[in-house]
Amino acid sequence: MALLQIAEPGESAAPHEHRLAVGIDLGTTNSLVATVRSGLAVVLRDELGRPLLPSVVRYLSDGGNEVGYEAQARQALDPRNTIGSVKRFMGRGIKDIANRESLPYVFDESPGMLRMHTAAGLKSPVEVSADILRVLRVRAEASLDGSLVGAVITVPAYFDEAQRQATKDAATLAGLPVLRLLNEPTAAAIAYGLDNASEGVYAVYDLGGGTFDISILKLSRGIFEVLATGGDSALGGDDFDHRIFCWMLEAADLKPLSVEDASMLLARAREAKEYLTFHGVAPITGRLNSGEVVDLKLTTEIFAEITQTLVAKTLQPVKKALRDAGLSVSEVKGVVMVGGATRMPQVQRAVGEFFRQDPLNNLDPDKVVAIGAATQANLLAGNRAAGDNWLLLDVIPLSLGLETMGGLVEKIIPRNSTIPTARAQEFTTFRDGQTALAVHVVQGERELVSDCRSLARFELRGIPPMVAGSARIRVAFQVDADGLLSVTAREQASGVEASIVVKPSYGLSDDEIAGMLKDSMAHVRDDSLLRALKESQVDAQRLLEAVRAALGADSDLLSADELSRIDGDIVKLESAALGENRRQIMLAMDDLEADTKDFAAQRMDKSIRRAFSGRNIKELDGAPVTVKTGETA
Amino acid sequence: MDFNSDHFSLFELPVAFRLDPSLLDRRYIEMQSRVHPDRFASAGEAERRLSLQWATRVNEGYQTLKKPLSRARYLLHLAAHDVGSENNVAMPADFLVEQMEWREAVAEARAAGEHHELEHLHHRLKRDIGERYDELAVLLDDKHDLEQAADRVRRLMFIDKLLVEIDDAMVACEE
Repeated sequence: MALLQIAEPGESAAPHEHRLAVGIDLGTTNSLVATVRSGLAVVLRDELGRPLLPSVVRYLSDGGNEVGYEAQARQALDPRNTIGSVKRFMGRGIKDIANRESLPYVFDESPGMLRMHTAAGLKSPVEVSADILRVLRVRAEASLDGSLVGAVITVPAYFDEAQRQATKDAATLAGLPVLRLLNEPTAAAIAYGLDNASEGVYAVYDLGGGTFDISILKLSRGIFEVLATGGDSALGGDDFDHRIFCWMLEAADLKPLSVEDASMLLARAREAKEYLTFHGVAPITGRLNSGEVVDLKLTTEIFAEITQTLVAKTLQPVKKALRDAGLSVSEVKGVVMVGGATRMPQVQRAVGEFFRQDPLNNLDPDKVVAIGAATQANLLAGNRAAGDNWLLLDVIPLSLGLETMGGLVEKIIPRNSTIPTARAQEFTTFRDGQTALAVHVVQGERELVSDCRSLARFELRGIPPMVAGSARIRVAFQVDADGLLSVTAREQASGVEASIVVKPSYGLSDDEIAGMLKDSMAHVRDDSLLRALKESQVDAQRLLEAVRAALGADSDLLSADELSRIDGDIVKLESAALGENRRQIMLAMDDLEADTKDFAAQRMDKSIRRAFSGRNIKELDGAPVTVKTGETA
Repeated sequence: MDFNSDHFSLFELPVAFRLDPSLLDRRYIEMQSRVHPDRFASAGEAERRLSLQWATRVNEGYQTLKKPLSRARYLLHLAAHDVGSENNVAMPADFLVEQMEWREAVAEARAAGEHHELEHLHHRLKRDIGERYDELAVLLDDKHDLEQAADRVRRLMFIDKLLVEIDDAMVACEE
C-alpha cells in the first residue's frame, strides 16, 4: 500500500502478493476488460475466446437481461428492449439527445436523467451500463480467480462532470470499486508510451462509436503530461452508420420505416462501413417486413463524400486543442489512432493530411484503451515493480465556474488545468441584510450560464445580516484526481459554511444507488452481503500491511505512547478481520486510521524532504523517474 | 517542508523573476512523483487526503511560477504590492491609445477573415511581450523597483488579454 509506495527509485516497495486490478474500456459500441499478468497487459476473453463485449443490453419481461453478442443478435427483433450505445445517454436528460425520434426506445418523459421503458421496467443509462460492467466483473473474477481490488474505468476526456459521475455510479452499482476514472486518450498513450518509450509531443485522435476525443500529450522521462484536450461528446462511428442509413433511404427511395426495419437497415449500414475498410465497394441487401427488398452498392467514394462533413468536424477540436497547448502541427511528433472508427480510410487520410505524417496504428485501436487502463490499474493497486515509476498528470477538459449577476459565468478553474487542483474566489452579498447566497456551479467555456452545463446548486444560509457588499464569502473549488469536483462556500467573518460534493443534476443520489442495488439483487444471484464482508476483509489486510510496512520504515518518528496505541489497534483489527462482523472490522479500521493520521502526515513530510535531498546525483540525468520499457503488450 | 511556505521555497528556488524553466519542471516532477494521488490510490483515508492536498498545492505553485506574468504578480504579492485588477486601474493615455490601435487592427483582420494578418499580429505581439519581460526582470531582480514593476505588470495584463483576443479571432476565421 501506499504509505509504503514511497520507495526510492529503483528500489521496490515491500514485497506483497499481487493484487487483482483491471482496466475497463466502457465503450459506446464495445466494452473490454484487461489486466496485467506477470508484467504483461492482456485483454480478458469470454468463454468463447472473444475479447469484445458488445455494449448492448436486452431486457426481458421476467426482469432478467442478456448482455453482449446475445443481446446484439436480438437487436433487430426486439429493438425497444435492446439498448445499444447507452454511453451517449450517460448523465444526460432527454432534451440532450439529438435525433431521438429515430431511436427505437420509449423514453420516459420525466425530468432529470433520462430513462427508458423496457420489458423489465424503467431503466436509466447508469443501470444499463452497470449491467455491462457486471458481466465484465464476473468475467475478470472468473479468469483471475479472485475478488478484484478495483478497476480503472476509462471515459472520454471530453466527458463532463455529469457523465463522469454517472460512470462512477454505474461501477458502484455493478459492485466494482473504482480506483480511478481515466481519460481514454491518456490510456491509449500509456499503452503506446510504455511500448515504445516515446519522448515528445503526441496527439491522440480517438474516434469511438459515439464520441470523439483529441488529446495533446507530452511524454518525457516516464511522465505523461496532458497539455490539452478537446472533442465532441456526440460525434462518433454511429454517425457514419447513420449517414449511410440516410443515404440508403434516399437511394432506395424508401417510405417511413417500422422500428424493426430501421434497426435492420442500420445494422446493414454498420456492416457496410466495416466492409469498406478493406474493400472498394460494399453490397447492401435486406428484406423489409413488407417483403420489399433493398439492394444497393456503396462505394468508398460515395461513403467518403457523404461523411466528409463528419470528418471535417473532428478537425475543429484538434485545432483548438493544439492552440490551447500552444503548439503547431509541426511540433507533434506522432499521432496515435484509437477507436474502431479510425479504421475508416477517409479518417486515416484526413488525419494524415492534417498532421502531415502517417498516423500510428501498430496497436489494435479497439484494445489500446483497455490495455492502457489495465496498466494504470495495476500501478494504482500497488503492484509496482522496480523501475515502475511513471506518473500520469492529467487535466480537466472543461472550465468550471459559478453563476454571477446577470446570468454570467465567472470561471474559477480554467480548462486544461492539471489535476488535482483547487481555486478559491471571494464573492459578496448584493442586498443589505442578505442572509443567504445561492451558489450555482456550471461547466463550459461560454460566457452565459444558459450556454453552459449546470452541475449543481446549493445555498449558503445563516450569513449574518450586513450591508450589501461587506460580507466576504469565499467559494472554493477542489477537483480530485478523477476530475470530480467539490465546492465549499464560507462566510469569512462568521465562519458559516456550506459545501457540496458535486453530484451533477443528472447524477444519482446515494439513496437512489442503494435502491437500485436492492432492485438488481432480486434478479442477479450476487450475494452482496458476503461480498461486502469479503471486501472489508481485503481492505483490512491492505491497511494492516500498509501500517506494518510504515512502522518498519519509520517507527522512529513515533513516541512510545503512539507506538503502543497503534500496536493495540493492529491487534484489534487483526482479530476483527478474522471474524465475520463487517461492522466490527470497519470500526477497528477507523480506529487504526485515526491513530495513524499524524504518522501519515509526518511520513509525507519526510518523503517530500527526501525528494530534494540526494538530488545532486539524480540531476545528472535530469529526473528521478525512469521510463518503463517493454513488458506490456 | 512547510505546507504553507511560498511557492519559491516549495520548489527550493530563489525568490526572483528570472527562473530556469527546466529546473522548475524538474523540481515539479520530483514533487509530484512523491505526493500524487496515484501513488496513494490504495492507501488509507488520511494519506489519500494529504496526498490530494499536497498534489493540489504543488500544482498551484507550479502553475503560478511557470508563466512569467503570474510569476511577476506573485512576486509583487509576496512583497505586499498587489497589482489589483486591470479594470480599476488608470493607465497612461499613450499606452491606452496604443492598445486601441492594436485592437482595431485585430478587429479589422477578423472582419476581413485575414488569418495571415492575425498570425502576423500574434507574432509581433509575442516579440513585444518578450521585450517587456526582459525589462520586468531588470526592474524586479536588479533594481527592486516595485512601483515601476507593478506598472509594467498591469500593462502586460492588458497585452495578455489582447493575445487571447487574437487567438479567438483566429478560431473565428477557421470556423
